[in-house]
Amino acid sequence: MSSSAPLAKGGRSSAVPTSRNGPRAGRSDWPYHLREHRGTLLAFAAFIVMFAIYATNHPVGLNANVATTAANKGVLLAIVAMAQTLVVLTSGIDLSVGMVMILANCLASSIVVGTPLMTALGVVGVLLTGCVCGAINGLIVIYGRLQPIVTTIATGSVFYGLALALRRVPGGDVNATLADAVTGQMPGGIPASLALLVGLVLVVWLPFRRSVTGRAAYAVGSSEVAAYMSGVPIRRAKFVAYLLSGLLAAIAGLFVTCITYSGEASAANGSTYTLYSIAAVVLGGVSLFGGSGSAIGAIFGALMFRTIGDLLFVFNLDPLWQPLFQGVVLSAAVCLGSVRLLRVRNRLDLYG
Amino acid sequence: MANEVNSANTMGKSSAEAVLTPLGQPEVSKAGLVATLRRYVDPAIASAFGCIVLLLLLGSLYSSSFLSPEYLLQQLKVASFLGVIATGSMVVILLGQIDLSVPWVVAVGGMMATAATGWGPLGMAMAIPVGIGCGVLLGLINGFGVAFLRIPSMIVTLAVNAVAQGLMVVHTGGFSPQDSSSPAMRFIATGHDLFGIPNALLVWAAVGSAAVFLLTRTTFGRVVYAIGNRERAAYLSGARVRMVVMAAFALSGGLSAFGGVLLAGYASKAAQAMGDPYLLPAIAAVVLGGTSILGGRGSYIGTVAGVILITLLQSILSVMQMEEFGRHVIYGVVIIVMLLIYGRGRRHSD
Repeated sequence: MSSSAPLAKGGRSSAVPTSRNGPRAGRSDWPYHLREHRGTLLAFAAFIVMFAIYATNHPVGLNANVATTAANKGVLLAIVAMAQTLVVLTSGIDLSVGMVMILANCLASSIVVGTPLMTALGVVGVLLTGCVCGAINGLIVIYGRLQPIVTTIATGSVFYGLALALRRVPGGDVNATLADAVTGQMPGGIPASLALLVGLVLVVWLPFRRSVTGRAAYAVGSSEVAAYMSGVPIRRAKFVAYLLSGLLAAIAGLFVTCITYSGEASAANGSTYTLYSIAAVVLGGVSLFGGSGSAIGAIFGALMFRTIGDLLFVFNLDPLWQPLFQGVVLSAAVCLGSVRLLRVRNRLDLYG
Repeated sequence: MANEVNSANTMGKSSAEAVLTPLGQPEVSKAGLVATLRRYVDPAIASAFGCIVLLLLLGSLYSSSFLSPEYLLQQLKVASFLGVIATGSMVVILLGQIDLSVPWVVAVGGMMATAATGWGPLGMAMAIPVGIGCGVLLGLINGFGVAFLRIPSMIVTLAVNAVAQGLMVVHTGGFSPQDSSSPAMRFIATGHDLFGIPNALLVWAAVGSAAVFLLTRTTFGRVVYAIGNRERAAYLSGARVRMVVMAAFALSGGLSAFGGVLLAGYASKAAQAMGDPYLLPAIAAVVLGGTSILGGRGSYIGTVAGVILITLLQSILSVMQMEEFGRHVIYGVVIIVMLLIYGRGRRHSD
């Protein structure tokens, strides 16, 4: 399987428009690495600038409580964005992430309660449910050969129906110790949710990114036909991507339960998070065509998107204007991506 | 030489004709009845209509009123709102793109039309054009982003949806607007003057006929299919690709807004989330009708079948007093199962 590594690398670089003069043999390849991580670095820089504006203008200033509240909201979207990234990298899309999150939220509000042992079993149950949801999406896309967009629209409806069956009216409870531990502060005033996010990156994203399966996922996203011809394990890559996407969405649902101490089967929340996750992925420099970008970029995209929403609050604007402001900022960010068109010399390159 | 050029010319001509009239020239081939049927009847459309008949039969086992003309006309009336919206979605899907801005463009259509009604007699007369016009404007923005800025349609339409939502929240102050719809809007949505046929159904028939004409008999339609098959080839063939993409998105925006106008006329008011239940059914109806989500393949009759199928499914589930969660589950499962039967992609080895 060692042969798939260079193949995956070559395939990935082909997704970058300027890669025709790619890394030359015998030279340092840092320009290549820089270009590969450009989206992530831009998202990081933009987030730092926005968060600086937010923190310096906040009426109370940046104390531990303000940071924790902001972190909790940001981390929630960041986890959903990570889930979305895994599927988008394989040039698919998961429009059911929000609904898996809602299903996990409703399930967690029923079973993550009681003694530590029961709570632990409950957490495992919720995570397993997420994996099953992701696996169903993956199996239908891989073996059913349906388009991911239609598949996940339909499975999203099923997942939402199941969530509604679990919680017809909002309610439920969650183990308070767990909830406080996840949403509170660690010693030194650092938000615990940030530690959770770093943990997820270390435990889920980095191993995936460095594995053969992860590289295969990038290869599939760059060119599925080329990946197939090269003997890359396409099915395994896609399946693991959808599976982990479901798992991460379930973790997000668990996190919602810890924040709200209840479960609610709200279709509006589900679709909002799905849409915001796509926005975060785009802001984070992940190509929707697949094969380029990283979950780290999507995380900063998510944090940036949340900070944009909070900026209005800081500047005392009417909350009525918040949706319009978010929409305009999203449009502007999306249009910035078109700057690449200025570098296109042959008009034919515009048409795929 | 001349002969060769000549034959090449005629060959080119005949192959061009074959492309232009894929179903024309009733040549009965020797491959037999099955092949002939295959040629004229798309299996996807046939199974969609088969499912409609099956649903009606199942429904009639439950209650005999399912086969009554009143019930069927009522269902067609409800279906016509989805039908108008799905027509626009179909044109965009044929391009190989997708329009996710449907929910709030529908709301913009309804809200702007009712707002115009509040401006006095002139506004009342202009209510329907104003509503549709706002939708066309938003559609043009979508089209500009896709055609000229080359942004994936999923993102542009998502952003336009967010902007449209923001504009409407500012416009209404976050509440459902108090303006009611104009008499003309109510007339086209709820009236039934011609032999008891609902006006909404006539509107859908008109929109559908126009769409069929546009897609099969005009350059615009051929270019839409060509772009869906291979945009690059369409561009190299000299088609005005960008203009057609813009026009297709404008059409989708206008028809979504028109759907909103009809819905506002039906309920005599516009509401904040009035468009939300129409995005997924519109896409599902188009795809169930055999249109490829990758573009370039599909016919309007299939979309009609998909729209009726989804409307009937929703109606029968609610008549059987299925609980809401069950409706969502069955709805999703039915779409997956139907697509697994006939909507599958190709294998790599093919």
